Amino acid sequence: MINFQQNHFELFGLPQRYHLDLALMERAYRSIQSQVHPDRFVHASDAERRASMQSATQVNEAYRTLKSRLARARYLLALQSVDVADESNTAMPAEFLLQQMQWRESVEEAANQPEALAELGERLALEMKDRYAELERRLDGERDYALAAESVRKLMFLERLREEIGDALERADA
Amino acid sequence: MALLQIAEPGMSRAPHQHRLAVGIDLGTTNSLVATVRSGIAVVLNDADARALLPSVVRYFPGGATAVGYPAQAELACDPRNTIVSVKRFMGRGLKDVAYAENCPYDFLDTPGMVQLRTCAGVKSPVEISAEILRALRERAEASLAGELVGAVITVPAYFDDAQRQATKDAARLAGLDVLRLLNEPTAAAIAYGLDNAAEGVYAVFDLGGGTFDISILRLSKGVFEVLATNGDAALGGDDFDHRVFCWIVEQARPAPLSDEDTRLLLTAAREAKEHLSAHSEARITARLGTGELIDVTLPLKTFAEVTRALVQKTIAPVKKALRDAGLAVEEVNGVVMVGGATRMPQIQQAVAELFRQAPLNNLDPDKVVALGAAIQADVLAGNRAAGDDWLLLDVIPLSLGLETMGGLVERVIPRNSTIPYARAQEFTTFKDGQTAMAIHVVQGERELVSDCRSLARFELRGFPPMVAGAARIRVSYQVDADGLLSVSAREATSGVEAAVAVKPSYGLSDAQIAQMLQDSITHSGDDAQARALNELRVEAERMLEAAAAALAADADLLAAQELADIRAALDALAAVASGSERRAITAALERVNQVTEPFAARRMDRSIHLALTGKKLEDMNI
Repeated sequence: MINFQQNHFELFGLPQRYHLDLALMERAYRSIQSQVHPDRFVHASDAERRASMQSATQVNEAYRTLKSRLARARYLLALQSVDVADESNTAMPAEFLLQQMQWRESVEEAANQPEALAELGERLALEMKDRYAELERRLDGERDYALAAESVRKLMFLERLREEIGDALERADA
Repeated sequence: MALLQIAEPGMSRAPHQHRLAVGIDLGTTNSLVATVRSGIAVVLNDADARALLPSVVRYFPGGATAVGYPAQAELACDPRNTIVSVKRFMGRGLKDVAYAENCPYDFLDTPGMVQLRTCAGVKSPVEISAEILRALRERAEASLAGELVGAVITVPAYFDDAQRQATKDAARLAGLDVLRLLNEPTAAAIAYGLDNAAEGVYAVFDLGGGTFDISILRLSKGVFEVLATNGDAALGGDDFDHRVFCWIVEQARPAPLSDEDTRLLLTAAREAKEHLSAHSEARITARLGTGELIDVTLPLKTFAEVTRALVQKTIAPVKKALRDAGLAVEEVNGVVMVGGATRMPQIQQAVAELFRQAPLNNLDPDKVVALGAAIQADVLAGNRAAGDDWLLLDVIPLSLGLETMGGLVERVIPRNSTIPYARAQEFTTFKDGQTAMAIHVVQGERELVSDCRSLARFELRGFPPMVAGAARIRVSYQVDADGLLSVSAREATSGVEAAVAVKPSYGLSDAQIAQMLQDSITHSGDDAQARALNELRVEAERMLEAAAAALAADADLLAAQELADIRAALDALAAVASGSERRAITAALERVNQVTEPFAARRMDRSIHLALTGKKLEDMNI
């Protein structure tokens, strides 16, 4: 089965960095999964079936983690022993918090207006694109993990906001 | 056996080793069984060349049963003992059953799952479903002239854990070995995808007799990947029948209806619905038990109006599934229609508008699920050559969580996670000296426990008293490839553990199921034993051959002592393999399995390593 000592990047044979070749990862994922998946072990012994399930589970977890822009960053930082949540006590810059409040007010005002919500969503997507580019620079270029952790914390706010806009759109749509 | 599977790459089994496996579509209204014969998936008909088995079971005093057409024919005569649409009751309590008041059954509101009092005694939906499955198993065994190695049984993608577990138990009760529970839209996608060599993103819109599923899949060479699924486990053709029934009653205003007349008019409503798939109006005539004559005409337009709300109920799940898949409607390459209820013109139209393209109707919507299940059963039974098979990646439809303080749900595994999947979460105590913790497992998307489905409760007891917040209780959720959940909990500082396989409570324990199964199998004594012995011998032979091949290829992976152990175990197996001592062969096989396990794992590592480094990833076909 798979080697549980390997980290997610090693498992897929990928370089340990933030920038990711998604197509390459998907091919690796499918290649490994097609060998360890429980569908391949239907007639095997209990022990082998269990090992297959555990392997396939781990491969799915690795895939899910690396595929998500945010989870991948957190995972990379964890490999550097930087726990993003650990430093959640450190205050976010006041400017960012203010901006957050403004975003939230805009979402509340736009509730039940699908066009306004969609526009907010697009604006947010642009802002997030910049933030993710910044995160990639900090992780792969400057290797400044403290600053990268701050980027991650900001993006956690923004991802939540994106979910909220999606929820509001869903409600406005119904 | 891992050894077997990697020992023979690219080799198919000899034809005489073809294993009989079937796919079963256990539907709300009709059920089917299909298999792959000479490489082609076919539905197995009954002796009268009919493909469908109406999902109807009639009980007689004394316990005899009739299943399918004979039961359906007598439906209006004995409504109380003739059970239709039992799938709607699987894994459901009485309060969850829609229109229970319109069902002529004598329900027992038993905890976990409702039961029905019949003239043959109290029956659970699991037992009733098992009657249907047994009829299909017998049909398949007669048609294929042999015993089945197993079956793939389909379930609505949106079935929760309790409904899946109930389905699996019903199959066991019917004497079927379940190779896999397969989601209905995924089964349809397999049949459609292989038939049409489809690539890209497809939506499967599956409106059956009692359930609605929408699945978004990405089809590419050798992989069927479910991106997201959504639906409504209590929406289907039955509800359209019910709307028409209500319309008939409003129009004709008959005297209060008896159970028999209710059943009669529901049947008339269903026939009118089916007629309207190809006609612009349907005439409904029925002579009630009171002598009163019902004679009304339902225009298609009116039918669409009275069912508009039902059609609307399919829209939100589609949008949610697209959102979870992270896709816009334009990115969907095709929409495959599945389930008899998609024949209704208003459904066709709504889907076309929603997806801005004409839906695909080129497969028989009644059969496509069973055919897909048969194809997957063929793969799981090992009848296809390596390289000529595919990988199926499915998801869980509903989030799994547990109850925390204040009746809130803490999500542990989010919906649409690819299975198998596992996740652990740590919790702590909130009182000083607390030595036990109650764990309540729930499924659903809502914030409050009371709005979610309760799957199981268990307690972790006996960890040492500590100050509040000091205990570290790790709760682990594991969802297997059938989408079934098991949960375990462990207090980290003391190592105290508790585990539970999440099972719906419907009055039947595992032991009772085993006993009922035992009782239902006709003991053909020596015959069965001879066959079992024969199968064991064949398995032993295969194991010996596979192990020899594996050792020839990869013996360098073993230390000297390991190699000696394996050889000793193989010699022991060879010594008993041709004898008639079943227990000795089983024990020797077990021993071989045990000592070759690390070897198999290392061979797997090597083959993965080769797969990843031996060739460029770009060149791989997967």
